[in-house]
Amino acid sequence: MNVGLFIPCYVDQFYPNVGIATLRLLESLGVKVVFPMEQTCCGQPMANSGFQSLSAGCDKNFIRNFADCDVVVGPSGSCVLHLKEHLHSDEQPAEATRLRNNVYELCEFLTDVLKVEELPKARFPHRVGLHTSCHGQRGLKLSSMSELVAPKFSKPEHLLNLVDGLDLVPLSQPDECCGFGGTFCVFEEALSSKMGKDRVADHLRHGAEVITGGDMSCLMQLEGVLRRQKSPVRVMHIAEILTSGN
Amino acid sequence: MDTASPKHAKAAEAFLRDEENTDWHNETLWFVRSKRDRAAQSLPEWEQLREQASQIKAHTLSKLDDYLIQLEENARQNGIIVHWAANGDEHNQIVLDIMRKHKATKIVKSKSMLTEECHLNPFLIKEGIEVIDTDLGERIVQLRNEPPSHIVLPAIHLKKKHIGDLFHIHLGTEAGATDPQYLTEAARIHLRQKFLLADVAITGVNFAIAETGGFVVCTNEGNADLGAHLAKVHIACMGIEKVIPQAEHLGVFLRLLARSATGQAVTTYSSHFRKPAPGQEMHLVLVDNGRTRQLASPDFRNSLKCIRCGACMNTCPVYRRSGGHSYHTAVAGPIGSILAPNIDMKEYADLPFASTLCGSCTNVCPVKIDIHQQLYKWRQVLGEAGAVESTKKVGMTGMDVLFSHPWLYRFAGRAGRWFMQKFPSLANKPGLNPWAIHRDMPKPPEQSFRDWYAQQNQKTNG
Ligand code: SF4
Repeated sequence: MNVGLFIPCYVDQFYPNVGIATLRLLESLGVKVVFPMEQTCCGQPMANSGFQSLSAGCDKNFIRNFADCDVVVGPSGSCVLHLKEHLHSDEQPAEATRLRNNVYELCEFLTDVLKVEELPKARFPHRVGLHTSCHGQRGLKLSSMSELVAPKFSKPEHLLNLVDGLDLVPLSQPDECCGFGGTFCVFEEALSSKMGKDRVADHLRHGAEVITGGDMSCLMQLEGVLRRQKSPVRVMHIAEILTSGN
Repeated sequence: MDTASPKHAKAAEAFLRDEENTDWHNETLWFVRSKRDRAAQSLPEWEQLREQASQIKAHTLSKLDDYLIQLEENARQNGIIVHWAANGDEHNQIVLDIMRKHKATKIVKSKSMLTEECHLNPFLIKEGIEVIDTDLGERIVQLRNEPPSHIVLPAIHLKKKHIGDLFHIHLGTEAGATDPQYLTEAARIHLRQKFLLADVAITGVNFAIAETGGFVVCTNEGNADLGAHLAKVHIACMGIEKVIPQAEHLGVFLRLLARSATGQAVTTYSSHFRKPAPGQEMHLVLVDNGRTRQLASPDFRNSLKCIRCGACMNTCPVYRRSGGHSYHTAVAGPIGSILAPNIDMKEYADLPFASTLCGSCTNVCPVKIDIHQQLYKWRQVLGEAGAVESTKKVGMTGMDVLFSHPWLYRFAGRAGRWFMQKFPSLANKPGLNPWAIHRDMPKPPEQSFRDWYAQQNQKTNG
């Protein structure tokens, strides 16, 4: 299986450690991974703002980069969801469909494809709050949703529970949105910040030392609030926690 | 076309200035959402019920014309006078004509979002008619000269203290009184007088049944019944999407409606009206006002399934923190943001953007409307139509150029990180970067992931 590593643009630029952790995690599980060097962005910022029509160049670039890969894995639920739902090509429709059906969010790939049941080296003796990102949860169905009458499950939680010493804190509103929302965070600045603040407060109230999740964009939002509050609480991408102790 | 001004963002900002009030609003609605969760969880068949409701609605919409004609015929046979209105103005005129015919000057109204949508109250008041909203929450906002801020809980943005002050001025209650029992009693006495003197009662319609020609009105206060039974004339106003095929379908919707709205098992009063009582007159006004346009659009047709339970508002993290008035439309919240641009694209172009697309609304919706996906689709429609701020379009065109050219992207990334490292105070300056008003920017790393990766490869290969 030829696995292509998809590192979203903002992770590439602002959070290279998340990319490194993702790569190491996959390699430690015996997966051979390639990183196509010319990749850029999934196109979500344009589409989210009402200009899906303007993401054709971006889509084309994505398809060109990952044409050789059987599957694509990325550490970001919302980018993966965007690709799954909207990757499009007039010239290569079959290739676009193939990629759409074979792109995975990291946790999803670990639990559903690799069926990871143990992470012997992982150790992280801290109180951790899991931020459940909306696109991953409701879009990719990475975990059950509080609105539905259905059995409970969570792929990220399953993985975190494999980490030695990790103490997952309960939250009052486990799947409340953090308020990032792509360009929403700028165009609805006041509202977005308030949502971020409230989300952070839930984690702090329950004694989290670290806030984690599968979407760095949500975590960037929470980090922005935490740093403004000069809080000692940190954010870490789930890949960083799953590789800690390695 | 003029572009949208970010009305919602501005109104939300104003609402958020009183943070204590915002928190209270947020928590109150979350409390209702939690009650809804408990009510839903108590029915193991909840998801099947939603699916059934969604399918009944989908079927009805696919033959809406047939069912409406059937409804009209059966209602006429029952002795109900049926009217059709293409838009809000026609609807208002029909109501006024009925009033004139009866030389009527006083109306008691039970809650109807359709009449809000058509701006019936101001229209009638201008014509010299006294219009009294009899739902307690509606009466409260009416006394404040405001529109309702929520379709089920019209005065949810107000605290007991506001209501005490308001009643002191208008109903002569004691100054500073906040006891709900006392205030409700005062409202009840006030409203009883209005009921007794009204010439005409107007009600909304929750469900109209094609098979029987009757309709159902749901209230928790019984005010629709009081009005309709006391007045000589009853006018029921409905959007054409409110029809359902048969009486047997009612059970599905009545079970879902109250649970989704407030967490109650069933609304206190679900009143069935089928024909006028002897000596009385009953009218049914069927209103289109953009609904057939919505029906004709496969992308947005689903929104006509809405039974106006308000669950999507209670769950919406944006609505909870910005209040109903920030949506500047009769139906606020997620569903309102889909319906409103269909009525006036220019006026409401900002609303589909007043969402993080978190999707919670879609999950709570008892008729399974794909609300957040429709918000996304509206954004595309508005983008194509040129109804999105031009600065956004310029920005997005720039981004497309950037992301289609990997070398440019790499260069810009490096330049950006360099800039942030050298001038952190500029990157974090609220005036230049709206992100930084309440949040810090991430600390820029020395190196991008791709630079690191290239180096690694060099090390191993070279
Ligand atoms: S869209 Fe769905 S959840 Fe929202 S008011 Fe309508 S029926 Fe209720």
